[in-house]
Amino acid sequence: MANTMQFDLVSPERSLASHKATAIQIPGADGDMTAMADHAPTITTLRPGVLTVDGPDGSSQYAVTGGFAEISAEGTSVLAEKAIPVSEVTAADMDTLIALATDAATNATPEAKDAAAKTLADLEALRAALNV
Amino acid sequence: MPNLKDLKNRIESVKNTRKITKAMQMVAAAKLRRAQEAAEQSRPYTERFNAVMGGLASSVGGSASAPKLLGGTGKDDVHLLVIMTAERGLCGGFNSNIAKLGRARAQELLAQGKTVKVITVGKKGRDSIKRDLGENFVGHVDLTEVKRVGYENAQDIARDLLTRFDGEEFDVCTIFFSKFVNVVTQIPTAQQIIPASFDEAEDDGASTLYDYEPSEEAILADLLPRGVATQIFAALLENGASEQGSRMSAMDNATRNAGDMIDKLTIQYNRSRQAVITNELIEIISGAEAL
Repeated sequence: MANTMQFDLVSPERSLASHKATAIQIPGADGDMTAMADHAPTITTLRPGVLTVDGPDGSSQYAVTGGFAEISAEGTSVLAEKAIPVSEVTAADMDTLIALATDAATNATPEAKDAAAKTLADLEALRAALNV
Repeated sequence: MPNLKDLKNRIESVKNTRKITKAMQMVAAAKLRRAQEAAEQSRPYTERFNAVMGGLASSVGGSASAPKLLGGTGKDDVHLLVIMTAERGLCGGFNSNIAKLGRARAQELLAQGKTVKVITVGKKGRDSIKRDLGENFVGHVDLTEVKRVGYENAQDIARDLLTRFDGEEFDVCTIFFSKFVNVVTQIPTAQQIIPASFDEAEDDGASTLYDYEPSEEAILADLLPRGVATQIFAALLENGASEQGSRMSAMDNATRNAGDMIDKLTIQYNRSRQAVITNELIEIISGAEAL
């Protein structure tokens, strides 16, 4: 059996998952990455996307918005601003998020405009990927 | 001496009051448990977040290029006080303690010649501070309709603060809330959130060297605004638990006082009743003797 490490997924409101995992696919701001046991300690910010966790008991997927992931020797913790299991994401959820992001993108200051537009594009990609 | 009927009415009315306060106490106890659970569930996020931010801030913070949210605007002239209280009263000294702390700080700053701006969260605080600092008000957040405080509420407040900060409306932002210790103790607390300060103590010294993706500065710039929301959310939750705890003990006291009052009134009632009976007997006896 492959090596496992501790995986925690927490949002500000509650802790969503805490178990052993073999591999975690993280939608990093600079591109996706997969964390496995003994990965080099890394901190990365998240873009809106799908977080996939493979564990000994099967894999699970979560739609996350922003936040960051901390990969260390003890394990991986993902601190997501909002995280919903993929099966529970509804079209209404996505609509609200996209509406918020559109709002933010139109009202953003010139220097923040690119970042806001990227978030919006990521959210739309996420929606397409989830097919809701 | 009040007559028997009046006393009886009085006792009845105090008994009703006791029923109400007892019910409020039990409702507050149930809500307190929920509020405490919410606060506990948010703790892992806040702790991790602060630990990572503490590490980042200490490595980037020293440089001149540090983001404004961390390093400050370089000035200390305009202070924004965010005073968070409850939407409801009848919770002992909870609201007035926070308001008192906020007012004292505002007056101290005004005495130093600084400009003070005030944003209130919660109706009760606004009402009690309006008298002294009414002209310093720049905003109010209404959470009357919110049954259960969510992260979204904190994000809304944070977004408002950040917009104001970007518009250079203030230099330093401090939030006022009540820290929940236990049911009888809640400590009104002031916490500076902009420029951000993190407890270095949480850094265990031998911290691991992380790779950062993207760069440390970019992560910090991304996370600092979230940090504001996180701190506000934590404060809102602490406040929620404090409010219910405070209400619970206030209502417990009120219930006990009502009980004492009922006992006292009952004794008085019985005495008057005996006096009336004795009087009647004397009248009958003296009437009989006169014959």
